[in-house]
Amino acid sequence: MKREDIEHLATLARIDLKDEEVASLTDSITSILGYVSDVNAITTEEKPKEVGALYNVMREDEETHEPGQYTEAILNEAPKREGQYIQVKKILGDNE
Amino acid sequence: MNNMTIQELRKKFVEGSYTPVDALADVKKAIAERDGEVHAYLELFEDADEAAQKAAERYKEEGDDAPPLLGMPIAIKNNILIEGKKTTASSKILENYVATYDATVIAKLREAGAVFVGSTNLDEFAMGTSTENSAFGPTRNPHDVTRVPGGSSGGSAAAVAMGGAVAALGTDTGGSVRQPAAFCGLVGYKPTYGAVSRHGLIAMGSSLDQAGPLTNSVSDAELIHNIIKGDDSMDSTTITDDTYKEVSVKETYRIGVPRHFLQEGLSESVRTVFEDTLKKLEAAGHEIVDVSVPLMEKGLAAYYIVMPAEVSSNLARFDGVRYGLRIEGDDLLSEYHKTRAEGFGAEVKRRILLGTYVLSSGYYDAYYGKAEQVREMMRAELREVFADVDALMLPTTPTPAFKLGAKSDPLSLYLEDIFTVPANLTGVPAISVPAGTVDEDGVALPVGVQCIGPHAGDARVFDLGKKILGE
Repeated sequence: MKREDIEHLATLARIDLKDEEVASLTDSITSILGYVSDVNAITTEEKPKEVGALYNVMREDEETHEPGQYTEAILNEAPKREGQYIQVKKILGDNE
Repeated sequence: MNNMTIQELRKKFVEGSYTPVDALADVKKAIAERDGEVHAYLELFEDADEAAQKAAERYKEEGDDAPPLLGMPIAIKNNILIEGKKTTASSKILENYVATYDATVIAKLREAGAVFVGSTNLDEFAMGTSTENSAFGPTRNPHDVTRVPGGSSGGSAAAVAMGGAVAALGTDTGGSVRQPAAFCGLVGYKPTYGAVSRHGLIAMGSSLDQAGPLTNSVSDAELIHNIIKGDDSMDSTTITDDTYKEVSVKETYRIGVPRHFLQEGLSESVRTVFEDTLKKLEAAGHEIVDVSVPLMEKGLAAYYIVMPAEVSSNLARFDGVRYGLRIEGDDLLSEYHKTRAEGFGAEVKRRILLGTYVLSSGYYDAYYGKAEQVREMMRAELREVFADVDALMLPTTPTPAFKLGAKSDPLSLYLEDIFTVPANLTGVPAISVPAGTVDEDGVALPVGVQCIGPHAGDARVFDLGKKILGE
C-alpha cells in the first residue's frame, strides 16, 4: 500500500486527509491487509449462490402514514433548510 | 442498589418496600459518586424522574400485574435511537443529532415500563474494543479506573458495574456486548442474528449487528432479550419461530471445547478460570469434549474484511446533507470531503478506507468475495459440530481488562475480538458470563467465559449460562 493508494481511496470515500493521516493510514492499513490476507490461504469452493435462511422481503407499496406526518421532525435535523427543502451547495458549474 | 438484579428489584417494587423513585435516586447517587472518573454516561435524561414517579404510582395500583420492567432504571448505548434524545454514536458527525423516532427495541422496553436513565458512551460508531475511541473521551473500568471497560459498549457495561443502572442495552457486531461484560464482571448477550430488530440502531455491519443486554444475572438478560426480540416489518432480516429448527433445553449438556483455538495468545490467568469452569460443569454431570473447528481461527481475518466493507457503505450516508455536521465548502463535493474529514475520528476513517479497498474492483474477489465464502464454510463447519455437541465454550477474551493506552496499534486491539467474532460471522447466539476473577496489581479483575449455541438456540444458551452461575 503506497501513499497514493491511500489518497485514491480517500477520494473514493469522500474524505479529505491531512498529510500525517495519510502516513499513519498507509502503515496501519498495510499491516491490517497483511493480517486479513490469511483468508487467501483457505481453499474455498466456488458454489452457486443459494437463497439462505434470511432473504430480502418487500413490503406492499401502500401508504404507511399521513402525508407530512414526519416532515417537520426530519427537516429540523437538516443542517440547512429553506421551507420544505434541504439546502445544499450548487452542484453544476456556471458553464455546464 | 449496587449489583441488585431486576428480579430482586421487582420483588421490592411489588411489595412497596423500595420504589422505582428510590431506585432512581440510588442510581443517581452512584452516578454522582463515580461517573466523574468513570464517564459511563454521555447524557442523563431529565424525564427519568417523571417516569419513575409514574411507575411507583402504577405499582400501587397494579402490583404484580404491572409490566415486567416497570420502574427498572436502564441505560442505553448511544447508538440506539430514542425519540427526542441526542443519538451521537459518540461521533462529532452526529454530535447534535436528535432522534426522530424510537428504535424497535426502545419501543418494546418502553412498553414494558423501563425507565431510561441516560445514554452511554461507546467507541465512535461502535468501532473499538476499549471505548477509548469515543469523540467525547474514554470510559474507565469501575473495577480499576486505570483500565478500560472494554468496548464498544463500554459505557453501558461501566454504568451497570458501578451501580448506575440495573441493566443496559448494547450492540454487538464483533463482541461489543460480550467483551465489555467480561471486563466489567457482567452477563452480556448476543442473540441469534435476526432474533432482535435492528430498526433504529445506527448501522455498523448490517449482517453482523445485534442489540443485546448487559446485566447482573443471566435471568435478567433472558428477561430483557425476551422483551426486545421478535420479527419486525421494519427489519426484513428478523426471523420468526419457523426460520430455524427448534433447539431444546436439557438437564445436562454435551459441551464442545475447541482447544486447538486456545494454544496461542490466551493469558494463563484467563485459561485457569476457563478450565475451572469446565471442571465444575463436568462435576455437575455435563460432558466436556474436544472438538475441531479450524475455520473459527480464521474468523478474525474474515471479520476484518466483511465488517469494514459494510462500514464503508453504511457510513456513506453521513455527508452533511440531511442530518448531523456540515462543514461549508465551495461546492457540494468539497462539503462532503470536509464534513467527513472533520466529523469522523481516526479509527472510523481507517475502517471506511479499508472497506473501500476490499470492495474495489480488482480486489473484491481476493478479499470480500473470499471472506464471504469463508463465512459460509464457517456456518457449515458449525452445523457439523452442533450435530455432535449441544454447545461450544470459549473464553470471552484472551486477557482481563487492559490499561488505558496499552494497545495503541489497531491490530492489537482487533485481536481482542478473536473469540467473539465467530458468533457474529455465523449468526449464532452467544453469552458471556462472569466466571471468576484474577488478581492483577492487587485488583481483582473479572474474567468471562462464553457459551455459544446453534441458530435459534437462545434459550439453551441462557440455560447453560444459568447453570454456570448457579441461578
